[in-house]
Amino acid sequence: MSNNFAIKTIDLTKKFGNFTACDNLTFEVHKGEIFGFLGANGAGKTTAMKMLSGLLSPTSGTAKIADYDIYKESEKIKKNIGYMSQKFSLYDDLTIQENINFFAGIYGLSNKLIKEKSEVVINELDLKKQQNKLVGSLPLGWKQKLAFSIAIFHNPAIVFLDEPTGGVDPVTRRQFWDLIYQSAERGLTVFLTTHYMDESEYCNRIAIMANGKLAAIGTPKELKESNSSSSMNDVFIQIARGKNYV
Amino acid sequence: MRQILLIIIKEFKQIFRNRILLPLIFMMPIIQLLILANAATFEIKKIKLAIIDNDKSHISKNFAYKLQSGDYFKIIDYPNSIKDAEKLLETNSIDLYIYIPNNFERNLAKEHTEKIGVVVNAIDGSKAGVSFNYLLNNIASYQSELTKTFGNKINLQIAQSPKIISNDYYFWYNLNQDYKIYVVPGLLVLLITIVGIFLTAINIVREKEIGTIEQINVTPIKKIEFIIGKLLPFWLIGMFELIFGMIVARIVYHIPVLGNPLLIIGFASIYLTLVLGIGLLISTASQNQQQAVFISWFFMLIFVLLSGLFTPIENMPPLVQNITLFNPLKYFIEVIRLVMLKGSTFSDIKLQFFMTTLYSLVINSIAILVYRKSS
Repeated sequence: MSNNFAIKTIDLTKKFGNFTACDNLTFEVHKGEIFGFLGANGAGKTTAMKMLSGLLSPTSGTAKIADYDIYKESEKIKKNIGYMSQKFSLYDDLTIQENINFFAGIYGLSNKLIKEKSEVVINELDLKKQQNKLVGSLPLGWKQKLAFSIAIFHNPAIVFLDEPTGGVDPVTRRQFWDLIYQSAERGLTVFLTTHYMDESEYCNRIAIMANGKLAAIGTPKELKESNSSSSMNDVFIQIARGKNYV
Repeated sequence: MRQILLIIIKEFKQIFRNRILLPLIFMMPIIQLLILANAATFEIKKIKLAIIDNDKSHISKNFAYKLQSGDYFKIIDYPNSIKDAEKLLETNSIDLYIYIPNNFERNLAKEHTEKIGVVVNAIDGSKAGVSFNYLLNNIASYQSELTKTFGNKINLQIAQSPKIISNDYYFWYNLNQDYKIYVVPGLLVLLITIVGIFLTAINIVREKEIGTIEQINVTPIKKIEFIIGKLLPFWLIGMFELIFGMIVARIVYHIPVLGNPLLIIGFASIYLTLVLGIGLLISTASQNQQQAVFISWFFMLIFVLLSGLFTPIENMPPLVQNITLFNPLKYFIEVIRLVMLKGSTFSDIKLQFFMTTLYSLVINSIAILVYRKSS
């Protein structure tokens, strides 16, 4: 297996009873890539992401995350990934600094490093004044930017973002994407799900899921050409309906 | 270790910032001990009494005087007829009345035997029973007093009552039948059980409800580390409440601790692991805090009613008595009463120690297994 892949899956499948949420997913994500995962509600995106981030164990198939085996080396995977879910997942009743201290500490960063790095991050996010305020008092967009920064605080190889910009205003969404680009330039692999089609165009490559299967994969340009559409919106509607599988 | 410490620090910060939890943790023990200890009494004082004194002799007046001299009876009226007395009874002005016949004094002196009538308002059955027993006690002691006065064996009876029940009660370990001494140690147990089950279940399920559990699950924290980090703060709070409660019991109610207090604290340290395990198990079964509270409440009710705190387990039917063997509360209430009031040592409570330890191991194993599977 090549070392150029951040994620490589072969026939990854997850069944809940008779229902197959993810059906033989085979795909690769390159290192440093921004990879978008699209699909209608219930298509199996979140289940796939949960398997890749170690929250769910697959029914069958294999996957390597950051060159670690999903079954045998899950502890190593956990140390090398970051995760941010659609539900806001920091502690509202802790301050910004306390959230950073807690999560960074869990990943084993030294207190000295946490102190130095949190100063940089807080300055970048322009949260100096709010540093010792409870996170619950921040507006949603700020919270999500903070959650992203905390998810990548420990320098993971891959970060998983599950609908990170849901409910966030366009300006903040733009800032959020700046953060993603900056991180990707530093070599971080970003794996994200989204419902915003404009966001999907920002991705290097996209996979579209329909009914638990991988329906299409490629760059936004390729997908538009092969479906002879001018916008990702049309591509999505055609494929997510499940008419033409790859 | 660092992981566990980080979680404990986080938990304490969150607990001390919680505007509902914090007052609950620190007000609950005070309220329970100061108010409930007074409310949860089986003792009846100032039983309202009327006496129909047809004799109006020295002895009959002395009898009334004796009844009133204790704390238990308060003579409301001296009606002239049974009809008047019945009226008082019907209007709830009195709890019982006594009928003293003509020639009461003369019969006692000559025949050494006499009967008096007693009618008790039995709407509140348990109160009626207790009142009647108090009265029998008083009559019996008056009887022996009369025996001394007349120099002959006197037999003072209640009419239509086949015999005077022997009233030679002697209460060991709680000589004055002070119910607070009996109830307060039980309340202490109740207190730390509530902390253990409710707060733990709510606290763990809260992470599930707000979604932070997912964030925790993708980190390298091991589940066992997370559980220990979550439970330990409540173990510490439970131990704090127990010691705090014991100090309050000592200062406010002068409850003696005849045995070694360390024995109670030692037992509590094991007992708390058991109730925390139950809390953990409840949290794995529920999806949100509401469900956790409902399930906790359901078990708490059963635990309390079958604990022997308010009603003696010996009085329950055999089947129910067997069920109480699965009640953690029962063991601790036995232990705390034995050690505090009787001065029992470790060898007296070995069984309770063994059962609680075993129970804790079983519950915690199940809870951890279920927790691992569920998330």
